[in-house]
Amino acid sequence: MTSERAFTLDDTEVEFEPGDSLLTAALASDRYIPHLCAHPDFSPHGSCRVCLVEVDGHNRPACTTAAQPGMTIRSDIEPINVMRRQLLQLLFVEGNHFCPSCEQSGQCQLQATVYTVGMTDLHYPPLGPRRELDASHPDLLLDRDRCIGCELCVKASSEVDQKHIFSLGGRGTHTQLIVNSEHNQLGETDMTPDDRAAHICPVGVILFKTGNYAQPTGQRLYDQQPISAIGNHRAEDVDLPPTP
Amino acid sequence: MTTMWRNLPLPTHAPRRATDEAYLASVVSDLASVRPEQPWLLQALIRLQLELGWLSPQALDLLSKASGQSQGEIRGVIDFYGFLTTQPPKAYRLLLSNNLTDQWLGQGNNFDRLSSLNNLDLAYTSCTGLCDQGPAGLINGLPLTRLNDQRCQQVAETIQASVPVSDWPGEWFQVTETIQQSGPLLELRPKPGELLASCLAMGVEAFMAELKTSGLQGRGGAGFSTWKKWDSCRSETAPTKYLVCNADEGEPGTFKDRLLLAEYADLLIAGMTIGAWATGANQGFIYLRGEYLFLFSSLRAALKRHQTAGLLGQNILGVAGFDFDIDIHLGAGAYVCGEESALIESLESKRGIPRLRPPYPISRGYLNQPTLVNNVETFCAISHLVSGGAAAFKNLGHEGSAGTKLHSVSGDCAKPGIYECALGTPVSDLLTLAGAETAKAVQVGGPSGQLILAGDFDTRLSFTSLSSGGSIMVVGPQRDLFDLPANFGAFFAQESCGFCTPCRVGSQLISGALGRIKSGQGSGRDLETITELVQLNTYASHCGLGHTLGHPFQQLMALQPGAITGKLTADDGPRFSLQAATDEARELAGNRP
Ligand SMILES: Cc1cc2nc3c(=O)[nH]c(=O)nc-3n(C[C@H](O)[C@H](O)[C@H](O)COP(=O)(O)O)c2cc1C
Ligand code: SF4
Ligand code: SF4
Repeated sequence: MTSERAFTLDDTEVEFEPGDSLLTAALASDRYIPHLCAHPDFSPHGSCRVCLVEVDGHNRPACTTAAQPGMTIRSDIEPINVMRRQLLQLLFVEGNHFCPSCEQSGQCQLQATVYTVGMTDLHYPPLGPRRELDASHPDLLLDRDRCIGCELCVKASSEVDQKHIFSLGGRGTHTQLIVNSEHNQLGETDMTPDDRAAHICPVGVILFKTGNYAQPTGQRLYDQQPISAIGNHRAEDVDLPPTP
Repeated sequence: MTTMWRNLPLPTHAPRRATDEAYLASVVSDLASVRPEQPWLLQALIRLQLELGWLSPQALDLLSKASGQSQGEIRGVIDFYGFLTTQPPKAYRLLLSNNLTDQWLGQGNNFDRLSSLNNLDLAYTSCTGLCDQGPAGLINGLPLTRLNDQRCQQVAETIQASVPVSDWPGEWFQVTETIQQSGPLLELRPKPGELLASCLAMGVEAFMAELKTSGLQGRGGAGFSTWKKWDSCRSETAPTKYLVCNADEGEPGTFKDRLLLAEYADLLIAGMTIGAWATGANQGFIYLRGEYLFLFSSLRAALKRHQTAGLLGQNILGVAGFDFDIDIHLGAGAYVCGEESALIESLESKRGIPRLRPPYPISRGYLNQPTLVNNVETFCAISHLVSGGAAAFKNLGHEGSAGTKLHSVSGDCAKPGIYECALGTPVSDLLTLAGAETAKAVQVGGPSGQLILAGDFDTRLSFTSLSSGGSIMVVGPQRDLFDLPANFGAFFAQESCGFCTPCRVGSQLISGALGRIKSGQGSGRDLETITELVQLNTYASHCGLGHTLGHPFQQLMALQPGAITGKLTADDGPRFSLQAATDEARELAGNRP
């Protein structure tokens, strides 16, 4: 029997609370839908489009679509997975995502999602971004070439840390992470390694300057279990700064 | 109206002032004090850009202190808008319109000719809305029209001789409004206040019933029922509601709003005021695209006339409590700001990123209050239907598409300009009027619209069969149809706001692949890339820009695939160009290719 507050996701039923998005409800019932810019602690963003699902025959992002009783959602089907792979490929060629040389490898949500969704090549020609690297902060580093524009750091810094350190600026493919300071330098801000914003980045933009290899690659979070099993936001818990 | 732009100066580019702190401080405090409760930053940036030619570090510092926003954040806003820059200016900045029609008239040669002048910042910009008198450009913010070979040569010499723009011959800046065919809307010349008074006499309920009967649909492109929108706005109970006229007219090939803003401001203001009366909106905005800066003074004068006559302001027409006023906000070179929620973000002095919906602007728009957004022509059509009555208005149209539509016709035709036609007029009739009988195709509704080949010229221009926001670009028999997707692909790549992955990255890759095909270097893999990414955008992007960016390619592929496939090289090997790969090294070594 169908519950009054439930939709079907790939043929099984998912219950939801009033106000839930499709993604929130699915994750609450341990049903994984690939996603990057959505985070349970913040309002949905809808920019990465990786959580694309088919809602009663129409394509919609699961993070910004309100759950309604009786909806038929299809997520793990080939046409949707094809588009997800394309979206991930676009993110890869837009930025500089050479995983073997990245500090974040093994605890990066983009990389982990790519494995889960089965993207195996870049497919498109790399665009080769050249965005400014910011090493002005004593403990933190910004490698902007990996930014996917999810604005999680923007929200974490203003809503949780109450510091409002980040924003996005520019247009189109020139969209960039901005530091809200006089010279756009992290060193000019009062950001600290225990700020929420220092841990929230799903990729490898906001990095610690030291201790990145305390845990060897190959033994890190998503090297052990796929993101579909342990979820996106566990990564935040593991990239704590090294204890002094 | 407020006087934020009290004395809008002619942009002179006086870099001396960029460091004159006392002067800057006075401008900033002036701007910040006009409407402290409304976000004023973007309007201040635009005004300073016009006065100084750039946004200097001193200007940013003062703006940052006055607005409480950091300089980094302000720079992020500046970088969104094509007309704003933090680079110190040269004496002249010339933005050449890159629309297809400008290119067909020789804009490429103009660019080459001007590119060697070292006191000139030269760049392309998207369609400037002067397609009937192109090639066009904007010099220090002001329009230059009819830049043919000879004129361009004169401009080059004048720049070389460092003659200030204010001393250039007036005819170079001449913008001509050509009405090739007028109809009941363009022939309407009501006395000031007459239409509004007749509405007041009728009463709101009766007026809304008329509006419903008329079947008026929005003229900005989407054709949404105006009655439905106004009715929802009416039922919103918030104490403050906003009414916005979308005068961003960014769809390439469209310039009919330019005519209305230049010569029919009274019809527009009447329509907006009727809207405010019917829906209870208290404050109006005209969001004027930066390209139309030259219309600013005449619009402001028209608003002043209405204020003086008691047709705007408090207790309009003596009705106690009927308060409504209109302010002009300038845009600054961003096509996406024509999308209504991006427009509202821009009114709020932010980057023009389309919002997530719901909530829709009608319930939560500007400053989170109910906001009604309509196109310039929609407000003018309100005046039209009030003047002649709903029944007559409806009779003018065809099968449910009511009233008349203004078409901006440009490209390969003998008589470019504005044509007012009843909705439902076949494309062929319009082409005959325009002296374009030999056309092999028309692009209707701009890059995001429809390509129509000669065999289908009997299609009617109406909301049900062939909808258009008013752009008709005629493609003559001598043209290569591939020019269309190639030019439009570059347009979308330039104008993508960058919010969502498929459009931000996909538009770049699509445009790159189209460019390769155009230059004879495209392979089957390029075709595959375009096909995939166009489809991805249709299904997965966030706003209308992404949803439609693939139309030009898809339609040509469906109607005349040979125009695309005939250009492919047989070589399907790796997409590697030795030339492109070594360009950067050569440039660094000082050896230009
Ligand atoms: C990318 C994009 C650009 C748009 N540009 C314009 C524009 O320049 N002018 C306009 O009136 N509407 C434009 N629109 C449509 C507006 O979002 C909105 O539908 C319109 O202003 C509503 O007015 P109407 O109902 O009177 O047509 C655009 C839409 C999109 C998606
Ligand atoms: S820096 Fe990281 S968290 Fe911030 S917008 Fe970019 S990808 Fe998102
Ligand atoms: S579709 Fe393009 S213009 Fe629209 S939100 Fe996405 S990136 Fe921006």
